[in-house]
Amino acid sequence: MTRRLKAFGVFCYDFVVGDDWRIAVAVVLGLLVTWLLATAGVASWWPLPLVVLVVLSWSLWRATRRTHAE
Amino acid sequence: MTSGALFLAVFLACAVEAVEALTIVLAVGTVRDWRSTATGLVTALLVLAVIVAVLGPALTLLPLAVLRLVVGGLLLVFGLQWLRKAVLRASGHKALHDEDAIFTRQRVAALGATVRGRHAVRDWYAFTVSFKGVLLEGLEVVFIALTFGGNQHDIPLAAVAAVSAVAVVAAAGAAVRAPLARVPENTLKFVVGVMLTSFGLFWGSEGAGTHWPAGDAALLGIVPAVAIVALGLVALLRRTADRPVTTSEKVA
Repeated sequence: MTRRLKAFGVFCYDFVVGDDWRIAVAVVLGLLVTWLLATAGVASWWPLPLVVLVVLSWSLWRATRRTHAE
Repeated sequence: MTSGALFLAVFLACAVEAVEALTIVLAVGTVRDWRSTATGLVTALLVLAVIVAVLGPALTLLPLAVLRLVVGGLLLVFGLQWLRKAVLRASGHKALHDEDAIFTRQRVAALGATVRGRHAVRDWYAFTVSFKGVLLEGLEVVFIALTFGGNQHDIPLAAVAAVSAVAVVAAAGAAVRAPLARVPENTLKFVVGVMLTSFGLFWGSEGAGTHWPAGDAALLGIVPAVAIVALGLVALLRRTADRPVTTSEKVA
């Protein structure tokens, strides 16, 4: 039973989070900053697009650097 | 978002997943036992139907802001992973998704496995490979259809788009009895990655309390902007790709 639950957990992680967990963490932080800014009543549409730009570039840079190192 | 855009986004995403599931089913069915393969396929479809029947109505009960925050966030993470892989493939840092190569690998593996019956199934190997393949690819179809449909409060339309995509791919597969290698799958995956990321960005922000300038029309700016960024990254990374990646390498 424990083994099956663990396997299900691993499957869910792979399904949603995938190859780079940093992307998921960055998205959660981006949503948090967006919520804080929206609650404060200031323009809050810009943090998430910025997160997408930065984290995608960073993740790709890390992936290609690893390819070259191999 | 118009109904047409919702339909197109779900249809394209589901067609890509259906092509992948079809390759697995065809490979196992042609070298093993069609009946066991079909039993695996139907069982997986029944499991997926139960998941939709449980999750679909549950999603409609959630407040829209919560739904958009949670589902938008998940969709954004999911979309960024698609886009990441698509950019790596388009720039030559990762092997292109090749249905012919996957079909051949699946056939070789299927030929080597021993035939063993279990329960009422004649060939357990054919059943499990078919079941797992359809279930895993189908879960992505269900996830995309429910998230898009749930956010737009139009799950029926999303379901029609998903079922249409699966039906078109299944009909094409039945007609040619071969993997649909001529479908521009890598390009489709790139387009779907852009769409998932864009809608995840829009809904996630709205769920967190943002009001986009221009409201829903902001998507008309977000989708091209994400596409331009992704294409720019492809161009940039192509310069550093010093060798072509062959299809014999691992294809995720």
